[in-house]
Amino acid sequence: MTSPVLDVHGLSRTFRLRSGPVHAVRGLDLSAERGEVLGVLGPNGAGKTTTVRMLATLLPPTGGRAVVAGRDLLADPAGVRARIGYVAQSGGLDPNCPVGEELVTQGRMHGLPRAGSRARAAELAADLNLADLLDRPTAALSGGQRRRLEIALGLVNRPEVLFLDEPTTGLDPGSRADLWDLVRRVRREHGTTVLLTTHYLDEADALADRLVIVDAGAVVAEGTPADLKARHGAATLQDAFLAITGRATDAPAAV
Amino acid sequence: MNRLIADTGVIFGRSLRQTLRSKTALTFGMLQPLLFLALMGPLLSRLDLRTGGTAWQAFVPGLLVQLALLGGMFVGLGILIERQVGVIDRMRVTPLHPAAPLLGRMLRDVVQLVVQSALLVLLGVAFGLRAPVGGVLLGFVFVALLSAALSMLSYGLAMNVRTAPEFAAIANTTVLPLMLLAGLLLPMTLAPGWLDAASRIVPFRYTVDAVRHLYLGEYADGTVLAGLAVTAALAALGLAGGLALFRRSGRTP
Ligand SMILES: Nc1ncnc2c1ncn2[C@@H]1O[C@H](COP(=O)(O)OP(=O)(O)OP(=O)(O)O)[C@@H](O)[C@H]1O
Ligand SMILES: [Mg+2]
Repeated sequence: MTSPVLDVHGLSRTFRLRSGPVHAVRGLDLSAERGEVLGVLGPNGAGKTTTVRMLATLLPPTGGRAVVAGRDLLADPAGVRARIGYVAQSGGLDPNCPVGEELVTQGRMHGLPRAGSRARAAELAADLNLADLLDRPTAALSGGQRRRLEIALGLVNRPEVLFLDEPTTGLDPGSRADLWDLVRRVRREHGTTVLLTTHYLDEADALADRLVIVDAGAVVAEGTPADLKARHGAATLQDAFLAITGRATDAPAAV
Repeated sequence: MNRLIADTGVIFGRSLRQTLRSKTALTFGMLQPLLFLALMGPLLSRLDLRTGGTAWQAFVPGLLVQLALLGGMFVGLGILIERQVGVIDRMRVTPLHPAAPLLGRMLRDVVQLVVQSALLVLLGVAFGLRAPVGGVLLGFVFVALLSAALSMLSYGLAMNVRTAPEFAAIANTTVLPLMLLAGLLLPMTLAPGWLDAASRIVPFRYTVDAVRHLYLGEYADGTVLAGLAVTAALAALGLAGGLALFRRSGRTP
C-alpha cells in the first residue's frame, strides 16, 4: 500500500459561543490514497464543512493532526495550500469581475507568471466549457456556470488533493452529469485525490470509490458503497444511510 | 521578500482593476471634497485664517486630509463584502503571502488618493490657490502616508466585525470627532485655547498643520518635522495593527 495523500487523525473543532461550546467535529479519522475519490456523507450540521475548512487550512483545528497532500497541516500550511484546491459550499467569486480575469488572477495568486497563468486559464476555460463566457462578469452567470468557474479556480494549480463541498447542489441533471465526468477525468488524468461532500446518495454511489459517513462530528461508518449496503442488508445506499445515522437531524452535538 | 512583493503586486493589480470598473464609486468618492472646494472655499477666500498665507493655502490642505480620512476609514467595507462572499477565503487557500491581500489593497487606495488629491489641487488652482510645486508634491507624501495608515486599520477592523452596519457605525463615530478636532475645514489657529489643546491629541492635526506649512513654502520647520514624525508613526502603527488584525481574523471562524 502506498502512503496516503490524506491522513487525518482525531481531528476536532470546538466553537466557543456565548451560549456554550459547540463540538462541531470530534475526533475524526480519515484517509485517502492518490487518485481516490472519497465521498463524505452526513446529515446537516454533521461537521462536513467544518472538516473541509480545517483540511483546507482555513480553520485551525482545536485537536488532532492531519497530513494533506503529503504535508503536515499544522506545521506546513503553506505547503498544503500550494498543493490543494478548495471549492467552498458557496461563493468565492467577485461579482463584477469578468470570468477570464478571475481565472488569470487565481493563477497569479498561485505564483504562475503572467503568460503561464493566461495559458492555464485558457486551458481550464476550454476544459470546463467556459470559453464563451470569459468576458462576462461572474454575477451574470447561471448557477451551473458559476459552479464550473468555481471548480476551474480550484484546479488552477493542478492540485494533488481537491476538496469539493457539495459541488452539485442546485445543479440541473445535465450539469451534474458534466461535473461527475469532470471529477472522473481529473482523477484519471492527474491522479488527483478528491474529497467531496454531498447529500445526494446516487452521486455518492456513482462517483465515490469509498464513502465516509459522518454524524455529530465523528465517522460512524466507512467503506465502499457496496460494503455499506451489504453490511446493513440494505437494497439502496439510502436505506444503508438511514440505518447508519438512524435519523435525519441537524441538532448540533453539544456536551 | 520577493514573494511578498510579487504577491502584493498581484493583489494591487486586481484591486486597481476593481476600482477602475466601478466608475460610480470613483466619481462619488471625489464629489464630496470637490463640493467643499467649490461651495465652501469661496466663503473663506477673503477671510484671514491666521495661518500666514491665503485662505486657499489653508483650506486645500484641510480638504486633502479630509479626503484621506473619509476615503481611508471606509475602504474596509470593500473587504468586508469580499469576506462575506468567500473571496478572502479563496485567497487564503492559495500560497499567497499572508500580508499581500492587505498590502495590495492599501497600495491601490494610496494611488487612488494621490490621483484624487492631484485633481483637487488642480481645481483649487482654478479657484485661486497659489502654492509652491515642491510643497504641493511633498504634501502628497503626507496624505499618502496617512491614507496608508487608515486603510490598513480600516481593513483590519472590517475583518473582525460581523456585519457591514456594525463596521459603518464604528467608522462613522470614529471619523466625525477626529475630523472636527483636527481642524481640517477651519484651522485651529482660530480656536479658543481649550479646543486648540484638545485638538493636539488628534494625530491628523499634525499632518494638516504640516501640509499647510508646506503650502507656504516652509519645508523644514518644526511643524513640518512634527507632522512627518506623527504621520510616519501613524503609518507604521497602521501597518502593524492592520496586519495583526488580519492575522487574527484568520484564526477565528
Ligand atoms: N463559525 C461557527 N460558529 C459556531 N458554530 C459553528 C460555526 N460553524 C459551524 N458551526 C456548527 O458546527 C456544526 C457543523 O457545521 P458544518 O457546517 O460543518 O455542518 P455540515 O455537515 O457542513 O452541514 P450541511 O450539510 O448543512 O452543510 C453545526 O452545528 C454548526 O452550527
Ligand atoms: Mg456544509
